[in-house]
Amino acid sequence: MPQRQLVGARIRERRMIADLRQSEVARRAGISASYLNLIEHNRRRIGGKLLLDIAQVLGVEPASLSEGAEAALITLLREARAADPMAGAEAEALEDFAGRFPGWARLLAGRHRRAVDLEHTVETLTDRLAHDPHLAAALHDMLSTVTAIRATAGILADTRELEPEWRDRFHRNINEDSARLANSSQALVSYLDAAGETDAALSSPQEELEAFLNAHGYHFDALENLPEGAVGTDRIGAMLEEGQERLHSASAQAMARAYLERYLQDARRLPLRQFIKALRRTGPDPAALSQLLDTDLAAVMRRLATLPEGAGAGPVGMVSCDASGTLILRKPLPGFALPRFGAACPLWPLFQALSRPLSPIRQVVRQSAREGGVFLTYAVAQPCARRGDPLSDPLYEAHMMMLPLDGDAHDKGDPLELGVNCRICPRESCAGRREPSILTDGF
Amino acid sequence: MGKHVLVIEDEPNIIEAISFILMRDGWTVDTHSNGHDALDAVAARAPDLVILDVMLPGRSGYDILTDLRAAPETRDLPVLMLTARGQAKDRELAERLGASRFMTKPFSNAEVLDALRALVPS
Repeated sequence: MPQRQLVGARIRERRMIADLRQSEVARRAGISASYLNLIEHNRRRIGGKLLLDIAQVLGVEPASLSEGAEAALITLLREARAADPMAGAEAEALEDFAGRFPGWARLLAGRHRRAVDLEHTVETLTDRLAHDPHLAAALHDMLSTVTAIRATAGILADTRELEPEWRDRFHRNINEDSARLANSSQALVSYLDAAGETDAALSSPQEELEAFLNAHGYHFDALENLPEGAVGTDRIGAMLEEGQERLHSASAQAMARAYLERYLQDARRLPLRQFIKALRRTGPDPAALSQLLDTDLAAVMRRLATLPEGAGAGPVGMVSCDASGTLILRKPLPGFALPRFGAACPLWPLFQALSRPLSPIRQVVRQSAREGGVFLTYAVAQPCARRGDPLSDPLYEAHMMMLPLDGDAHDKGDPLELGVNCRICPRESCAGRREPSILTDGF
Repeated sequence: MGKHVLVIEDEPNIIEAISFILMRDGWTVDTHSNGHDALDAVAARAPDLVILDVMLPGRSGYDILTDLRAAPETRDLPVLMLTARGQAKDRELAERLGASRFMTKPFSNAEVLDALRALVPS
């Protein structure tokens, strides 16, 4: 789609989110309503001062109305700034910098992206040694087979008078074990070879799903305001087809389908415009929203975490886990670090919620990792399915939403100190520790 | 009748080889292949020594060892732990939990025999 078409569509989308009439925006931007109508329907080009004026009326950044190289560049620069807040890069000068020194801006953005990619690879390879269950199981299996072969070969070599039936039996065992060893070593070599292709092999289905969700900003306009019926299923099918570039594996496709189906269900229960209106009354408080909209807390939290940028919720992070504690959704929030592999910190309210289903938790927390930011979290565990029989015990899922608390927030109280996961947590005396930290164990 | 050993290990060909070696050496051998009810097996067979694998289906050898050491009747029972992981921290964990001896796979038959004879002198 050409850039001008995207700009028009985005202006219309943002205007509707802001619940403003076309005539009102046009008047405040100093143009006629019919001209704005032409712009919104992609029949007139827009740029320069008029774009800035309309952005101001809509209360959004001009970059969020444009699409393409410049917007991508500004997004990357914003990420670079967020990654190193201590550097003091001036937020208000960001667009000016990108406009006046585009070459330097591209260089800085490129270096930032490279650094992120390298950090990602290092983290993956480091954690792989301790947290790759496939590798650990494969090595254990090989060593057990080697042990059986060694013990059996020792008997055959060292036992002078071995009865023929025992000898035959041990020969057969060695034959079986050596075949098993050959197969498992070939499988291991293939697995390690594939690991060399960083992008493909270091991506788990969960990571593919996250790449897909990230690319959409966790918001799916195409699934909003849809009537009941097959149209939703068709849209999801089309989106999965379009997303194949990121959803390589069948597992990731299945996970993305499940995610989008739930998204559609939430969008039908809590239509976007109605939800945003309620949000303006309550702010991003899931408990108040849940009461106002007469719906369950988890659905409200999911909705808050997947609103389009500029809808008024501000930055919202979200994690969900199944009853085993495995993280099944990770929407990042700057400053709140999430584990890439393995289990998270057991002190997270997310896991506390699992132990007290249907009892919401509101907890201010401080993470000992990274910058040690303070966050307001809401968590709840709710039934998500039954094991076939309607009278069987339900399976639970827990959800936790995170909101940043700024430095002046008086609501901080006494934050609960928690970490990311044990391996990279410096809190030695933590009651929840399940393994030593590499930060205090000689590294 | 020789000393009685219970081998708790899930790999059938390791069980067979170890059983053969030990029987030839005069031991009475019982075997058990899962972690779920390993404690019941120990209680029922009352062995003089247990060979215990760490990675068992159902329950880890470390957990079983912890329970053995917590019960008065098995507190002093000699236990030889077998594991595919030979890192220092695994050895330390086994010792801390009360393993009498720790052996890393793959091992030789002679090593197993020497360890058992040291743990339960005839």
